[in-house]
Amino acid sequence: MTLYFAVVWACGPGLPAVSDLQARVSTPVTVLDDVIADQIRTDLPQLASGDTVRVFARVVEGNRERIQVFEGTVMRLRGGGIQRSITVRSIRSGVGVERTFKVNSPRIEKIEVVRHGVARRAQLYFLRKRVGKAATLRERRA
Amino acid sequence: MSIGLIGRKVGMTQVFAEDGTMVPVSVLTVEPNTVTEIRTTERDGYVAVQLGAGTARRLTKPRLGQLGDLPRVKDVREFRLEDAGEYEVGQTLDVSLFSAGDEVDVTGVTKGKGFQGTIKRWGMRRGPETHGSDSHRQPGSIGAGTDPGRVMKGQKMSGHMGDVRRTIKRLTVVRTDPERNLLLIRGSVPGARNALLLVRKA
Repeated sequence: MTLYFAVVWACGPGLPAVSDLQARVSTPVTVLDDVIADQIRTDLPQLASGDTVRVFARVVEGNRERIQVFEGTVMRLRGGGIQRSITVRSIRSGVGVERTFKVNSPRIEKIEVVRHGVARRAQLYFLRKRVGKAATLRERRA
Repeated sequence: MSIGLIGRKVGMTQVFAEDGTMVPVSVLTVEPNTVTEIRTTERDGYVAVQLGAGTARRLTKPRLGQLGDLPRVKDVREFRLEDAGEYEVGQTLDVSLFSAGDEVDVTGVTKGKGFQGTIKRWGMRRGPETHGSDSHRQPGSIGAGTDPGRVMKGQKMSGHMGDVRRTIKRLTVVRTDPERNLLLIRGSVPGARNALLLVRKA
């Protein structure tokens, strides 16, 4: 597992979120980590609550497959290791839509971070009660 | 009955299947097993293959004598077969005995739960918690009155739960890893971490 970390660090851009690494460090070094190691993706950008992301998910329609893009605000990050998931919220034709994605799933083509928002808490459930401009977050300055 | 292997439980995790669904799996380590004895009808009255796994620090003298030049195995179990002709003493069997998609039966000793009431042990319903009720987790009636005038045999009551041998049938092998001697089986298997398990072809 130490070796695995070295690889992750060396990746530069496309690093998993810092919280991802912390979640992995806190778990004991076990065979279980090795079993899932090859399914954990290292090609994804760093994700944080409040970011606006574009998720490219593979969807099967009948017998053909296409890529569906879902753009919205990351409302929360959940789980560690292979279970890690994000809940993305957006307003689609006036209706609030939330979708949860397993970040490490092979069904996810890629995830793009469009914009970093300022979020002072980890779970942005307050967005559900807000409409229009009130539901937008300030952009994080680099 | 069919051939199987002796392994140990590592724990549970999840893996992605090819179609992207998450599959809950139990991870087992199955170090290569050694055939330590063949039971035959002529000599023993039944046909079986005796397998050994692990490494023992100390062995009884009878076991040492039996093993001879074979590895000093720690755990020895027998698998009854119709015909043991294809096996011979000293042969090793490893995870490659199974492949993904196979159905297996997994036998082990379940986690001990200690002395438990009827609700946890048998899934009985509880009484009301309020409105003057005292029968919160009481077992309720255990039978009729003067006739039959006794409690029927087998009446479900509180008592020791768990720590019994159980076989979970027809579990699916999700993946085998002959390099690391691992076996991934869909769903849960009996026992705690490091528990000895017998994995048999279903």
